[in-house]
Order: sequence, then structure tokens, then C-alpha cells
Amino acid sequence: MAVYPLKETKKAPQSQTKAIQWLKENLLSSTSNVLLTLVALYLIYLILPPILNWTIFDANFDLTADNDSCGREGACWAFIYDNFKMFIYGFYPEEELWRIDAMFGLIVVMIMFGSWIKKSQYRMHYIIGAFLVYPVAAFFLLHGGLGLEVVGTDKWGGLTLTIVVAAVGIVASFPLGILFALGRQSKMRIVRFISIVFIEFVRGVPLITILFMASVILPLFFSVGMDFDKLLRALIGITLFQTAYIAEVIRGGLQAIPKGQYEAADASGLNFVQKTTLIILPQALKISIPNIVGSFIALFKDTTLILIIGLYDMLAIVGAATSNSSWLGRNSEGYVFVAFVMWVILYSMSRYSKKLEVRFSTEHKN
Amino acid sequence: MSNPTDDRLCCDIIEIKGLNKWYGEFHALKNIDLTVKEGEIIVVCGPSGSGKSTLIRCINFLEKFQEGSIVVDGTELTDDVKKIRQVRSEVSMVFQHFNLFPHLSIIDNLTLAPIWVHNETKQQAKEKALTLLDRVGIKDQAEKYPNQLSGGQQQRVAIARALCTSPKIMLFDEPTSALDPEMISEVLDVMIELAKEGITMLCVTHEMGFAKKVADRVIFMDEGQVIEQNTPDKFFDNPESERLQLFLDQILTN
Ligand SMILES: Nc1ncnc2c1ncn2[C@@H]1O[C@H](COP(=O)(O)OP(=O)(O)OP(=O)(O)O)[C@@H](O)[C@H]1O
Ligand SMILES: [Mg+2]
Repeated sequence: MAVYPLKETKKAPQSQTKAIQWLKENLLSSTSNVLLTLVALYLIYLILPPILNWTIFDANFDLTADNDSCGREGACWAFIYDNFKMFIYGFYPEEELWRIDAMFGLIVVMIMFGSWIKKSQYRMHYIIGAFLVYPVAAFFLLHGGLGLEVVGTDKWGGLTLTIVVAAVGIVASFPLGILFALGRQSKMRIVRFISIVFIEFVRGVPLITILFMASVILPLFFSVGMDFDKLLRALIGITLFQTAYIAEVIRGGLQAIPKGQYEAADASGLNFVQKTTLIILPQALKISIPNIVGSFIALFKDTTLILIIGLYDMLAIVGAATSNSSWLGRNSEGYVFVAFVMWVILYSMSRYSKKLEVRFSTEHKN
Repeated sequence: MSNPTDDRLCCDIIEIKGLNKWYGEFHALKNIDLTVKEGEIIVVCGPSGSGKSTLIRCINFLEKFQEGSIVVDGTELTDDVKKIRQVRSEVSMVFQHFNLFPHLSIIDNLTLAPIWVHNETKQQAKEKALTLLDRVGIKDQAEKYPNQLSGGQQQRVAIARALCTSPKIMLFDEPTSALDPEMISEVLDVMIELAKEGITMLCVTHEMGFAKKVADRVIFMDEGQVIEQNTPDKFFDNPESERLQLFLDQILTN
């Protein structure tokens, strides 16, 4: 018999630089891939130069220009500059704008404070407290009351409205979604039945229909003459819509929890509520986070649909701004700007969810 | 059926009478009668699918049964949630796949039931948990998460978690069969220690060394019935039924 000495570990041979290797693996790995790459390059060649010309090289960056002096061969960015406040704040009265800034400032400060006390044992109390207090504070800041002048929701608009609608939809649909997800798994037949009917009905109908229904049907339930706020109707519609999707996402997470977890919780004597809140939901939510964020991103995009029931979100502001006689015909600039702002927000959200996904998947494995 | 007893064993703590259990049409437990005395160590063995797990899972009502009665320490198991929780607060279970809570640290796994079910203070629960972790030899891992431990360590944590509520009865369902061979003995050692302390144990296992060492009684099940039960000596040396002889031949040859 023989004894063999341990061999040294060697680096894998590397003949090409990283970039070339990447090209080979991703773009040129097969004939069809090579063809697709060529087609894509051709399309880029067709599309990119005109876009760059219009937005940058032929564009007029003189912010003092007016519609006539701006020229028509490229974009006129003075339009955005001139209407910037409207894009962000809608028709909110000039002298009250600080209230919107305060509302956004407050949330930034609260988040910073939250991450500052990350290690504290009272962190959970703080988060729950913040979730309860902030919406109330934001409501009074935005809407008025308590000594602040009331600003009707018909004056709300622009990016502010987009964010308000998305945020309310997200925050309200989350707990409701959890309830419906649990309801769908309930042993009680009637609860399960109601949950399934609600979820499948809402998921089977486009958001646009739900918005119309909310704006037309909801007022029928209330006594005639009572003015049922248009924004409130939209918020209810969007929340119901989002609830159904969140419920399904969370149900997916619930189904991924092994049976052994339920049994261990039962065997140690936990009751149903304890088992659900201490054992099952924390794990299910953790698994669902990437999908929850994905669903929120979809909702954020969908909020632009509220313009069809007459609310002025950022997209609708383009129409309002270009119908002003001094900026007739500058829709393209408006839409490009809105697309850019939406892209920045959504892309950050999606990067953030990727980061969460990586963090949670490693936490789950090791 | 003889019920071999020992002087130190006095009172019945589990009484199972005429227990029948069906999964749909499948008759999983057939007319089981079994009495367990306080402090008794019982090993249950038998071929796969013979109903061993089902039987011990009926004792803490993880499985419902259709006929018969089970009385645990004076409480009869019915659909009544209060009675079920009463029994579960006295009976702990150790599972084949540990079933630790992966989102909680080891110490939180141990203190969960004492705090929420037994209304202990965090401080009390934590002290007891650390003592128990020390006893199973993993005190230094208290802040880690289950997935960071080896299988053997996880099962020892699971045993410590089961002990945290000071149960009168411990149920084990094949606690070593999901473990790599080199980790089996570290878990068995903990169980042997436990057995010496007088806690009532019902243990489904095929570790015959363990049975010979600590069991007061070994029970053989097949096709949902108790076929034979005896003291370990007689059980292994003079098996009466043919099926048990066959079974013992099988597990001893491999
Ligand atoms: N949830 C269930 N639904 C239907 N049948 C089941 C269920 N659980 C167990 N059974 C059946 O009941 C019988 C007894 O199962 P049990 O798990 O008690 O066997 P066991 O003796 O523990 O076997 P093993 O050694 O494989 O764990 C088996 O035939 C099994 O197929
Ligand atoms: Mg089993």
C-alpha cells in the first residue's frame, strides 16, 4: 500500500479577460444568441441617437426661455422648470407648500431615527408607534385641521398625490392582506369561503374597473347629498385591489412553512394566535418579502390610472400643464420627465428589494 | 398481558383504553390499550408504517382519534381546547427533524413556551434555559440560530427546549434517525441521563442499545396493534411472537 501526499490547490486556468468571457457567455453563446445580439444592436442604433439628440444635443436648456423662443427641434426643458412645482405639489396653495415638505421631511427623520436605535430593545415599540402616529400626523399636515387651513383633496396632485395614493395603498393593504391570507387557510369554512371569493373576484378584475366601480358604486351606499370624497373612493378601490394581491403573495409564504413548525408550536402548547404571530407569520413574511416589494412596485405604477377618475397624479399634470396656453404642445417633455421620475423611484425600489432578497436568502441558509 | 413494574413506579400517568384511529378509510391504530406509570421509560419499536408515530402523537393530541380514551395525568383528552392545552403543558415532544424555530435564536427557542404558555418572566425563563443548555452541553451556542448548528447539536437543543417547561412526560419520535451516525451517541447520552432522572419517557426508536440500557418496558407494534411488550431482557432474548422474532432478526443483521 502507498501513502499519497496532499496536493497543492491551483487556480483554475484563465485564458481570457473577464469582459471577453462575459461577452462569450452572455451574448455569443450560440448562433441564435449571436443573431439576437445583432438585432438588439441594430435596434439600439436606430433608437438611441434620435432620443439623445432630442433630449440632450438639440434640446434647449435655457430655463428662462418661453414656448416660442425655445424652438421645436429638441426638448424645451424650461417647460419642466416652469411647471416643476405643479409636477411635485399639484395645485396645493403656494403658501401652504411647507406642509407637504414637512410631511416628507418627517418620514425621513423618523426613518433615520429608527435606524439609529437599531440595537435598542424599544425598537419594535418605536416602529409600531410610528406606524400608528405618522399617518395621523401626515393626514393633518396634508389635509389641515387642528389650526391648519383645510386644503381640499381636489387641490392635491402631482408626485405628492402619486406617493400618497401608493403609500396608503401599501400600508392599508398589508395588514388586510395578512388577514385574507390567513382567512384563506382557515379551518372555518365560512371564513375561507369569504376570503376566496374576495381574492379571486378582485384578482379577476382589472384595476381600472375597480376604480370605476369604487367611484360610481361606493357613493350609492351612502345617503344622497353626502359628498363622498373622490380621493377616498380611489384609495378604497386601490387598497382592496392591492389587498387581494398581497394576500396571495403571503399565502405563498405560508405554504412554504413546513408542517413540523406547526406541530412544534402546537406541541409546546401555544394557542392559535401565539402560533400564528410568533412562529408562522414571521417566517412566512420573511420568505415573501421580495414578492411583497414586487407587488408594491406594480402598485406604484398602477397609481397612474387614477387620472381616469379625474385625479391629478403626476401623469395627469402633464395634460394640465400643456393645456395652459403658454406651454401648448410640450407634452413630450412632460411625459419624458414623468417617465424619468417614475423610473428613478421604481428602480431604487427594485434594487432595494434585490438587496433584501440576498440578505434574507443568506440568512435562511447559513 | 403482563405489565412488568418496578418498585419505584407507582401511579398511572397515561391511560390509553380501546384507542382506534383512522386516516380516512385506513385503520391506523387498532384497539390499543396501554398504561404508563409515572417515571416509566418505554421504548416503542416496530416496522415502518406500524403506527408508532401515530400512537405517541395521539398522546399530545397532534393527531385526533375517533374511538377510545386517553387520560394524561388525570386529564381526559377531548376536543376541548382547554384540556388539550392542559395536557400539552405537561407533555413535551422531541421530533425526528428537530423542528426548531429557524427565525429564533437558540435561547429564544427555549424561552418561548415558558414565557407565553407558562407565564414565566423573561429572566426566569432565560436562567432555566441556560442551565438546560449547559446540561446538554451547548451553553456557548445560546445566541446562535438553529441553522448554524450541526444536526446532533440541534437535536440536543430540541431536547433542552422540550425540558424547559418542566414536563412530566417526554415523547420522542425517532430522535436519532435523521442524524449522521457520528452524532447519534451525543443525543443518546443526553437521553440516557434524562432517563435516570425519573421523568416519564415514551420513545419511538430503533436504538436497541438504548432500550436495553434504560427501558423499563419495550413495546413492539405492527399493523396498528401492540403485538408484544416486555422487559428489555425478555423482549430481546426471548421474543414470543414470530413477527417480533422476524423484526429483531432484521434490525440486528443490518
Ligand atoms: N396524515 C396521514 N394521512 C394518511 N395516512 C397516514 C397519515 N399519517 C400516517 N399515515 C399512515 O398511517 C400508518 C402509520 O403511520 P405512522 O407514521 O404512525 O407509522 P410509523 O410506525 O411511525 O412509521 P415510521 O417508522 O415510518 O415512522 C402508515 O401506514 C401511514 O401511511
Ligand atoms: Mg414515525
